[in-house]
Amino acid sequence: MRKQLRRFIPVVLCLLACAGTALAENIVIKGSTTVLPIAQAALEAYMKANPGTNISLSGGGSGEGIKALIDSSTDIATSSRGIKDGEVELAKSKGVNPTSATVAVDAIVPIVHPKNRVRDLTIDQLSQIYQGKITNWKEVGGDDLQIVVISRDSSSGTFESWAELVLNKAKVTPRAQMQASNGAIVQAVSKNRYALGYIGLGYLDKTTKALTVGGVPASARTAVSGEYPISRPLYFYTNGAPKGETERFIRFVLSPAGQKIVAKTGFVPTLDAVKAKPKQKK
Amino acid sequence: MNNLKQTLTRHLREIMIRKLFAFFAVLSVLLLGLIVLFLFREGLPLFKEIPVSRFLLGSAWYPTYDPPEYGIWPLIVGSLIVTMFSCLIAVPFGILSAIYISEIAPARIREILKSVIELLAGLPSVVLGFFGMVVLAPWLQETFDLPTGLNIVNASLMLAVMAIPTISSISEDALYAVPREFKEASYALGATKYETIIKVAVPAAFSGISTAVILGMARAIGETMVVLMVAGGAAAIPRGIFDSVRPMTASIAAEMGEAPFRSGHYHALFATGIVLFLITLAFNLIADQLSAKFKKEGCGTL
Repeated sequence: MRKQLRRFIPVVLCLLACAGTALAENIVIKGSTTVLPIAQAALEAYMKANPGTNISLSGGGSGEGIKALIDSSTDIATSSRGIKDGEVELAKSKGVNPTSATVAVDAIVPIVHPKNRVRDLTIDQLSQIYQGKITNWKEVGGDDLQIVVISRDSSSGTFESWAELVLNKAKVTPRAQMQASNGAIVQAVSKNRYALGYIGLGYLDKTTKALTVGGVPASARTAVSGEYPISRPLYFYTNGAPKGETERFIRFVLSPAGQKIVAKTGFVPTLDAVKAKPKQKK
Repeated sequence: MNNLKQTLTRHLREIMIRKLFAFFAVLSVLLLGLIVLFLFREGLPLFKEIPVSRFLLGSAWYPTYDPPEYGIWPLIVGSLIVTMFSCLIAVPFGILSAIYISEIAPARIREILKSVIELLAGLPSVVLGFFGMVVLAPWLQETFDLPTGLNIVNASLMLAVMAIPTISSISEDALYAVPREFKEASYALGATKYETIIKVAVPAAFSGISTAVILGMARAIGETMVVLMVAGGAAAIPRGIFDSVRPMTASIAAEMGEAPFRSGHYHALFATGIVLFLITLAFNLIADQLSAKFKKEGCGTL
C-alpha cells in the first residue's frame, strides 16, 4: 500500500507542476458589460485553439475594470469609454501604465416597443426627450402617450457615451428610469409601449424595435462609415504593452479571425472602423 | 487525588470554552465595528466638498456630471415611501397571520402555515425582483393603464412579501409568550375568543408586535435587489404612487461598481450608506427599547 502511494508521488508532483504552468497562463479580464459578449466569444474561441490557457472573465462595468487594472488584479480591463485623467494619475501613482487597444466599435441604438409607431428620431429629438423637454410621443409623430425615458445608471460606460454623443453633456431628466444593464433595458422596453431606451448594438434582438437616428439605421456598415451618429470605440486596457499570453490573446482578438467574432456578436470590427471614425476619443 | 485532577481538567476546560466563546463574541463585534469605521472613513470625506444639509436636502442627484451634484433627498424620499407602503401591506398581513397561527389555527394547519411562511422568508430577493419585473410590472401597467409598471406600488408589494415573514414570525413569538393565565382569566370572566384575542392577547404582546413591525421596516428599507429591479430608479421626488423612485440602496448598488475609486461620487455613495446605516440603527434601537419593555411584563399566576 505504502509503495503504491510512493509511486503516486511523482504523478502528483507532475500534476502540481502542470497546474502551476496553467496558473502562469491565466488571463484575467474584467470590465465593461458592453464588451462582455466580445470578450466571452473571443476567449471561447481562443481557449479552444489553445487548450491549457485559462481565461477568467467578469463584468461589473468599465470603471470597475479600470479600477482592477490599477490594483493589478486584472490583466485586461475592458472599457466602453476612454480612461479618465484622474484614473491615469492614480494608475501612475501605483506604477501602472494603462495602454489601450481598440478592439471594436459599438453603436448605441435607441429602442422602443415594437408597437410604437415612431420609426425615426433625430439626435436633437433624442436629446430633448432625455432632458425631459419632450414628454409625449405625439410631439415626435407617435401616439398620444407619455414617454417613459429609460436610461442606464449614470456611471455606466454606455450612459457616458450616450450623454456625450446624444445629450452633449446636458443633464438627463431625473424622471428617467434607471436600469443597471443592457439586458434590463431590453427587458423593460419590450414590456412597455411607452418606453424609450438605448442599448449597445450587440444587445439588439427581436423583442424591441430599433429606431433610425436622423434617417440612418444603426448597423455595422453605417457605424464603420461614420454615417450613424451614435457610435464609439471599445477598448482593452493593459498595464504597459501586453506581454506573453495576454499579448497573444489581444493579437488574436485584433486578427481577422478575432474581428469576425466581434462582428458575430453584433459589434463593428475595428479593422475598417479605425479609419472610418474621425472623432476618436483619446 | 484522581478526582481532584478530574475536577481540575474539567474546570480548565470550562475556562477554555468560556474564553473561546468570548473570543468569537469579541471578534464579531470587532468586525462589525471595523465595517462601521470603514463606512465612515469612506463616507465622511464628502462633507469636505459639500455641506451636510446640501447632501441630505439637495434635490438633484447628478454624481457623474461636471460639476457634480450630490443631493440625496429624492433617494431618501424613495426609500421611505416604498418602506411605508410596504408596511401598510405587510403589517396587517403579518400580524393577522400571526394571530391566526398562534391563537386560532388547529395544530396541523399551524405547522403547515408556519413552514410556508418560513419558506417565504427564504425566497431569494432576486427571484422576487425578477417576478416583479417580468410578471407584476406588465400586469400593473395593463390593468391600471400606466406609463410604467416599475413603480412605488410594485416595489412596495414585493417588499411587503419580504417583510411579512419577519413581522409574522416575531409577532407570533410575542403572542406565544403571553402567559396562558391571562387568557384563562379572560375566558373565566366570560369573554369570547375574539374578545380575548383583541383585548388580552394582543395588548399583552403589543411591544413584541411593535418590535416585529419595526424589524420588518428595517428589512424593507435595507432591501436592495428588489428595489433595484422593480422601483424604476428615477431619482426624482414622486408625484404619485405609480411613479418610479430610486431608493438609496438601489442607487448604491447600481453605481458603486463604476464610481471611480475615492472620487466624490464614491464618497457620496458611502455617505448614502451612512444615512442608511443610521436609519436602520434607529429602527433597531427603537425595536430594542420596545422589546426591553416587553421583557418587563409580569406574570399573572397566583
